[in-house]
Amino acid sequence: MASQGDDERPFPPGDYPVVVVGSGPGGLQASYCLARLGVEHAVISRDEAPGGMFRQLPIFQRLLSWSKPDAPAEPGTRAYEWYDHNSLLAEEREHRALVPAFMDRAYMVPSREEMERGLGAFAERVPLAIRFGCTWEGTRREDDGRLVLTTSDGEYRCRAAVFAIGVTTPWLSPIPGIEDVPHYVETRTPADYRGRSVFVIGKRNSGFEIADGLLPWARQIILGSPRPVQTAVIAQASVRARYLQPYEDAALGGGTFALDLSVERIERAEDSWRIVGSGTTRPGAVDLEVDDVIAATGFSTPLLDLDALGVRTVAQGRIPSLTPFWESERGSGIFFAGNATQGAAGLRKHGVGSASPAVHGFRYNARVMARRLAETHLGIPPSRERVERDELVPYLLQELTTAPELWTQKSYLARAVTLDGESDIVPLAHFVDATGPDAVAVTVEMNAAGETYPAVYLRRRGEIAERLLAPSLTNDFRDAEHERELRALL
Amino acid sequence: MQGRDELVRSLAGLALFADLRDPDLEAIADPEWERDYAEGERVLRRGLSGGGLFVILDGEAAVEIKGDDEPRKLRRGDFFGEVSTLLQCKPTADVVARTPLHALEIPGPQLEAFLLQYPHVTYRMLQTVARRLRDVLE
Repeated sequence: MASQGDDERPFPPGDYPVVVVGSGPGGLQASYCLARLGVEHAVISRDEAPGGMFRQLPIFQRLLSWSKPDAPAEPGTRAYEWYDHNSLLAEEREHRALVPAFMDRAYMVPSREEMERGLGAFAERVPLAIRFGCTWEGTRREDDGRLVLTTSDGEYRCRAAVFAIGVTTPWLSPIPGIEDVPHYVETRTPADYRGRSVFVIGKRNSGFEIADGLLPWARQIILGSPRPVQTAVIAQASVRARYLQPYEDAALGGGTFALDLSVERIERAEDSWRIVGSGTTRPGAVDLEVDDVIAATGFSTPLLDLDALGVRTVAQGRIPSLTPFWESERGSGIFFAGNATQGAAGLRKHGVGSASPAVHGFRYNARVMARRLAETHLGIPPSRERVERDELVPYLLQELTTAPELWTQKSYLARAVTLDGESDIVPLAHFVDATGPDAVAVTVEMNAAGETYPAVYLRRRGEIAERLLAPSLTNDFRDAEHERELRALL
Repeated sequence: MQGRDELVRSLAGLALFADLRDPDLEAIADPEWERDYAEGERVLRRGLSGGGLFVILDGEAAVEIKGDDEPRKLRRGDFFGEVSTLLQCKPTADVVARTPLHALEIPGPQLEAFLLQYPHVTYRMLQTVARRLRDVLE
């Protein structure tokens, strides 16, 4: 995409109902959804092209999340979204499922470049107007309640702002000596590690991604962090199956080690590093000398001065703490889209977190958030589906079987239908905690054993009752048994 | 910004974790177990399955039982959710944040491994549960 000249840049500084900050997948999805609701808004981005973090990361150029070019559902349909975790959502069929169209089928997960091209195509074809090269620098609130975003181009006033700023600032855990250690994003090309011993701080996805990428090159790889590797249930795993080769190598004694240790300090020598720590799962002193160290210690959200406007944080200051509708607090007008929406934790039933840190989760959050923002801050009520009473049971079973929102955001987003037939996708935490008319909400859930099953929440006179339905061997709940069960409940 | 050392220090100051070594505390002080709640937000929900064991790190909460006008207050160091998690049943009360609340949640599926890994924490939990039982019986 050619860079924008000054005279062709949209959205000069000024007053807008809403300002979206960021042009990664979260910002693109939020802008698309606001536009389809008729919400006038500006989009600003410090980058020169759409794509956000996918313009650089992941380091080893291959994503974790699947997009299956051929799948049980037809590409371009709503049901297909479950099989395509990387494309953004659109109402128009021609703008859907764009990422698989760029994939060469070497893998069922796209390369970084394929992902970037898919996002770029979405922005270009819709099209989405974005003011590139405009950096958000600070925020304040005026006496009339409006937000003012100061940027490298001037000031933007708005009633609500959507921060789609990613969780992309390298974060280092507070270990003495870590300040000299290269972060994950500073990993060199694999050939630079040929024949060397490498200590990776961190045993989550980015740590194992590095180990996987260096396995054909490095002489020895040691991963270390206080907690043991979790691989038990896919929804709870801290390491995705794609990165398990180094773990298998460690388990079989192939030269890789995955140590449970607390690193007490890191010392840099002329040609080597010394790692001093203590074992956690198995106590004992650890003292290692290695050629290289890489900190795969994660990222934080670049919140700048938003704490002064009341934005609280969680996860050691790295993630904004959000309401179920991804607002910093109810009525603040400070919304988030993209990866940072993980700050609305949801119910985390059985310890299962949301898919909000990934595109396939946060693309749905953006759609629900845009509707909420439009309704509560701009007085634009979104249109809602209506369901006739005698259609309710088959409708809910159909949603439980095929709704991609419910399958990707398990126990997090729900299909809710009120007694008078108004239907919407809502955050489950909102449904069970907020007061409202009598209604039913259904969602897909997963327990500790990895079983997936439908869950039904009934709200009657303000009281919530939870009922769990039986799993299905084929994940299809449109059968007589589930129909009987659900009909009895309703 | 709260660094891991602060979270470790916060845990170290709690009676429940008083017997643990620093490396153990580091293993427990995982950001994935850290929870933050706004005032008025429900932490544990009556009638809903799948919750965990919560330990309050900062702030105040209240155990709200229907028909009970004097909810039990919970403060830093107190824990709740252990009965429903251990017995795998639904909680019979709501626990609601009375102030902004910072807590650690040990998810239900990981509680057994956690209690076996740290028997000193289990012992101290048992003491607290025994005290609660004595208070009910007296």
